[in-house]
Amino acid sequence: MTRKRRRLYVVVLCMTALFSAAALVLTAFEDNLVFFYSPSDLATKGLAGERRIRIGGLVEEGSVLRDGSTTIRFRVTDLQTALPVVFNGILPDLFREGQGVVAEGRMGPNGVFTATEVLAKHDENYMPPEVAEALKKAGHWQDGMAK
Amino acid sequence: MIVEIGHFALVLALCVSLVQGTLPLIGAARGDLAWMETARPSAVVQFGLVALAFLTLFHAFIYSDFSVALVASHSHSLQPTIYKISAVWGNHEGSMVLWVFILALFGAAIAIFGGNLPASLRSRVLAVQGLVGFGFLLFIIVTSNPFLRLDPPALEGANLNPLLQDPGLAFHPPFLYLGYVGFSTAFSFAVAALIEGRVDPAWARWVRPWTLAAWCALTVGIAMGSWWAYYELGWGGWWFWDPVENASFMPWIVGTALLHTAIVVEKRDSMKTWTILLSILTFSLSLIGTFLVRSGVLTSVHAFATDPGRGLFILMLLVVAIGGSLTLYAWRAPMLKGGGLFAPISREGALVLNNLLLTTAFATVFLGTLYPLFLDVLGGSKVSVGPPYFNATFLPLTTPVAVAMVVGPMLAWKRGDLAGALQRLWLAFVAVAVTVVGTIIVMGDKSILAALAMGLAAWVAVGVAVELAERLRLFRAPLGEVWRRARQLPRASYGMSIAHFGVAVFIAGVTASSAWRVEVIATARPGDTLTLADYDFRFLGVRGGDGPNYSYDRGFFEVSRQGQPVALMTPEKRAYIVQSQPTTEAAIHTTFFSDLYAVLGDADGSGSWTVRLYYNPLVPWIWIGCVIMAAGGMVSLSDRRLRIGVPVRRRREPVAAAEATA
Repeated sequence: MTRKRRRLYVVVLCMTALFSAAALVLTAFEDNLVFFYSPSDLATKGLAGERRIRIGGLVEEGSVLRDGSTTIRFRVTDLQTALPVVFNGILPDLFREGQGVVAEGRMGPNGVFTATEVLAKHDENYMPPEVAEALKKAGHWQDGMAK
Repeated sequence: MIVEIGHFALVLALCVSLVQGTLPLIGAARGDLAWMETARPSAVVQFGLVALAFLTLFHAFIYSDFSVALVASHSHSLQPTIYKISAVWGNHEGSMVLWVFILALFGAAIAIFGGNLPASLRSRVLAVQGLVGFGFLLFIIVTSNPFLRLDPPALEGANLNPLLQDPGLAFHPPFLYLGYVGFSTAFSFAVAALIEGRVDPAWARWVRPWTLAAWCALTVGIAMGSWWAYYELGWGGWWFWDPVENASFMPWIVGTALLHTAIVVEKRDSMKTWTILLSILTFSLSLIGTFLVRSGVLTSVHAFATDPGRGLFILMLLVVAIGGSLTLYAWRAPMLKGGGLFAPISREGALVLNNLLLTTAFATVFLGTLYPLFLDVLGGSKVSVGPPYFNATFLPLTTPVAVAMVVGPMLAWKRGDLAGALQRLWLAFVAVAVTVVGTIIVMGDKSILAALAMGLAAWVAVGVAVELAERLRLFRAPLGEVWRRARQLPRASYGMSIAHFGVAVFIAGVTASSAWRVEVIATARPGDTLTLADYDFRFLGVRGGDGPNYSYDRGFFEVSRQGQPVALMTPEKRAYIVQSQPTTEAAIHTTFFSDLYAVLGDADGSGSWTVRLYYNPLVPWIWIGCVIMAAGGMVSLSDRRLRIGVPVRRRREPVAAAEATA
């Protein structure tokens, strides 16, 4: 076994690994890249369908409804448009009306977003960067809003 | 006054680290022993100063000195003492002091135990360590000073984030940082070797114990973090492929690869440049991890409020450290001569495969973690990459690692006999077949993939046993001979077997808990019974009460299995008084083979509560597996050959000899 020969083996192995990794990454990206939209984006683009997306904004004051089962309905707003959301499960501890929230799920044909996951925060003062930006875009950001 | 002493000590430490980072380098370049020797005392002094600063911070927290801004915003006089202590690092400033403290600790350890390192190498290693320390001390003093006073002092503190008031998380950061920052030693050794232009087996023997110690701590630290997420966040999951989690996992993957390739350098004097590159990469990933967590650029379930100015500073540090070391690598690495040749089927070959797959797997995690950030910086859409991506890329790439893990150690160095090794592993093949068929029969044929994964766990576990038995000639030689071999087998061999067995346990835990977990979400009134797997949960009701600095609602579930009482489970919802922040305390009833997991949700006002119950089979094995892996690392670390200070360089240089007599 010469040095050249060994190098060839290693290069071939590396190429195989890289190509299989690239193939895996590309197929996985295609299905699993989750895009973020604000309620206004959704209203203008009217997205509905199979793709999982994330939405974010503030939980509208007075919008949280529990109907006695485990299903919870609320609206997420960027202070321009409000999007109705339905979620089945236990909300994270820091979920509160008037606070920032990010939810992942699918847009239903009836304009209701079905969330499979509502993201928790670890810290009361934390505002997800996407939400902050969505609010800024809608022109309703004030300093100190993260409080 | 005490706080000012700490502040002053930190500034002095900055000055000392500058001395430590420059004089020895100049001395080593000129061959001036006196200059080189400034490295050891300054490393020890730097450690002493940082330790003093750290201690004053402890003092301020324990005695609730609310004239210190940091204490006022992260502690509270009612907080139990353990959380007053963990509050020291439960915030940005304090955690950075802990970071630097551990860095200085490793520096001092090299200075004290590195007595038989050649003087030039030692001074260069310590100098690099000093430069890293300089960067981070500067960062602390300029952007995140923990010693700032409040005027007027606060009357009461704002409390530590309630989620962090937990025994599991109290000790998670120190372990994690021991690992993260411990890799700085590998980095310093690599950079020093590049400056010297030489890497030899002795170098690998010096680097391995430090890397191994860091790796063990990181393993424990990550396991603790995941355990905390499991019982504290109340989702019943233990790993979310979240950016913050990945930030700690990436150095672990590359560090694991580094541990394995360092063996090749040590035993076969081969794969040197690659090992150097991995050393640099591992610590660079620790730095990137610190940046990701501390700058708040990524949306994460574990994110805390942050300040962008700091992110920029760490980014600059990153660019200097990573850019500088890689430039040095590009310039000097071609000078390092390759060593022994080997056939593709050999132990070296298996370790190359291990490295190739681990680094590729790391690359996919890296891409998934940072892609959203790149896209955002480039002004593209806001995206996030979820667990399905990581499962689809990481698992296929690491499964072959687990398969090869058993075969590799059975191959000889240089040229191995694959067919022979497979033949000797017949028992492992039998175990795989039995496990796969058995799993399908018991769990049903819907879970073929899971059955195969359980088979993989059996393959690793039995394969490890076969390999060990073969080394001891168990059942082949008389017992006396086996005993003699068992005593003579190096600890590093046992360490490897133990750690690899931990991987088997881990795989079994991950597979079973994700494939056969059962979940119920329901609303329950007192008196209702919910059924989960073959357990009955009778909901008795909810009672309120007060803890030391919170009030709680505690639910009561009487759990029975076929009429036999099993446990009384009491999940809580707590409201912390100061921040009026609620937290969920899941109730977990664990046996060795499964966990029952109960979470109390919200009341609907009419007497019924939302509850969430899980049955998680084999989930404790995940953490047990991690602990076994770390234990294997510790056993290996106790090997005579690796014991710090034992390795003696074969060709002693005049400098080293002169230094030894001095």
